[in-house]
Amino acid sequence: MAKNNNVCGGLYTSKVMETFKNPHNFGKIKNPDGTGKVGNIVCGDVMHLYIKVGRNKKNQDIIKDVRFETFGCVAAISTSSIITDMAKGKTINRALKITKDNVIKSLGGLPKIKYHCSVLAVDALTEAIFDYLTKNKMPISEEFKKRHEIIKKSEEIINERYKKWEN
Amino acid sequence: MKKIYLDYAATTPVDKRVQKAMMPYFGSLPASRQEKFGNTMSLHSFGQEAKLALENSRAVLADLINAKPNEIIFTSSATESNNTALKGIAFASARRSPALLAGRLGEGGHIIISPIEHPCIMESSKWLKSNGFEITKIPVDKYGMVNPEDVRKAITDKTILVSVIHASNEIGTIEPIEEIGKICREEKIYFHTDASQSFGKIPIDVKKMNIDLLTASSHKIYGPKGAGLLYIREGIKLAPLLHGGGQENGLRSSTSNVSAIVGFAKAAEICQKEMRKPDKSRRHFDGSSTILPKTNLGGEQKRQEKLRDYLIKNLLKIKGSYLNGPPPARQSHSAQRLANNVNARFDFIEGEALIIQLDMRGIACSTGSACSSASLEPSHVLLAIGLRPEQAHGSLRISLGRQTTKKDIDYLLKVLPKIIKQLRDISPYGKK
Ligand code: FES
Repeated sequence: MAKNNNVCGGLYTSKVMETFKNPHNFGKIKNPDGTGKVGNIVCGDVMHLYIKVGRNKKNQDIIKDVRFETFGCVAAISTSSIITDMAKGKTINRALKITKDNVIKSLGGLPKIKYHCSVLAVDALTEAIFDYLTKNKMPISEEFKKRHEIIKKSEEIINERYKKWEN
Repeated sequence: MKKIYLDYAATTPVDKRVQKAMMPYFGSLPASRQEKFGNTMSLHSFGQEAKLALENSRAVLADLINAKPNEIIFTSSATESNNTALKGIAFASARRSPALLAGRLGEGGHIIISPIEHPCIMESSKWLKSNGFEITKIPVDKYGMVNPEDVRKAITDKTILVSVIHASNEIGTIEPIEEIGKICREEKIYFHTDASQSFGKIPIDVKKMNIDLLTASSHKIYGPKGAGLLYIREGIKLAPLLHGGGQENGLRSSTSNVSAIVGFAKAAEICQKEMRKPDKSRRHFDGSSTILPKTNLGGEQKRQEKLRDYLIKNLLKIKGSYLNGPPPARQSHSAQRLANNVNARFDFIEGEALIIQLDMRGIACSTGSACSSASLEPSHVLLAIGLRPEQAHGSLRISLGRQTTKKDIDYLLKVLPKIIKQLRDISPYGKK
């Protein structure tokens, strides 16, 4: 049998655990350029992601700063942290190309039942960018709009659920 | 790092005395004591030694719940006992039903359960339902208590079985088993109780408590894993799940797991002694002894109860924390709580993250949260007592045991607020 390097009953990789122990970039950004709020209606976990947008030398929009707040499981916290690391410094277009598989891979894998946590992280980033584009009246593709509508739906259910906890 | 185990409701370590009692039945000891590893069905001395041990264990365990030895069958686990009770009664009643002849297995069979049963009862019920039986879940109050009158109301002329857990594995609620049993007796309905968490902790008398079937487990009481029992009151017909060599009165074929069963009996005996107040038990000069009133909790349980209430009191000092299940002792309320169970929840915190943080500091607890490794749904028990999913989300079960000390609890109380603050810092909620 292959040696099992996973900690926590083999559930999580050591990379997940490390990230969970010392998450990067958590907290709020004051006056963010874009905010993404998402939640999963089955498990109830919630992520808020904030971005600050700047310009690179080629005058393209880049993610200058990114922070998250997460109410959720170990994988939710780890994927939040890792996606902020991945997105930071990237152009908006590159950041939008980050997939759940990229997230899972950079954590050295996730248990199947926790794949949706990585989806949540990708959705949060996408939503923050969508928010930025909308606020600045920038062009948004039909496909992107559709994706936003889908994510929006579960967000509404989640918002209703956690109303009492909102500040 | 010091490790602190506070998950005794999940399982317990094997007591040294139990382990010692089991050793001869593996046959790996020096030659003089090798004769006990036999198969209880063999006619030679090896088999008969094992058979003797099996029957002695049966007698000991039967005695502890005021049953006769022939009313006890051994199984591999509480899960198996519970499955046997539900499906066994269901099939036996279907056998007598003309509907079976028409190929409609469950027609005419109705079973009543509580909504806070262990998953093995919940899932067995679901399966029986898919096979045509009717299942009713009676409600519980906010402490998880069943009202016996609700059982009476739920009974129909098709009811064949009522099954209510003796003490909740999650929130520790002790159910009014005796009263429920009485109603079932009056209505001539079989009554089963899953006593996995209470056996060895609360005195049980199947006669006095009107119990027809009872499940108990070895590994929850410092015995080995792999042994459970089902008490079946004399005269009750039940269909077996396992067919074969006809062990356990034909109700559970399989080679008897003698070493585990011997360990089970030894573990139960130790618990029984613990349950009694040590100072009052007296042997008289004529050889008879004064048996203590079985309702009084004795030394070890009292000790755990004190620790439990100390923990509850201090836990609730954490901002945004609440107790799930019955209140601590002394507060006059009819809802009673197992001496070793604490279940609390914390606003803005998710259970799995909390458990793993605790584990990183050497403390082992469990959660009723969603996001456990097996399922994403929050605990059905916490939902049944009226918690919203997000409240069930941040719940923590701490269960104490024989090795738990005040020092352990103090360490937990020192670490927990820090972890909670850390997780709340990451959480989008709860920051004013
Ligand atoms: S379990 Fe749902 S986000 Fe982790």
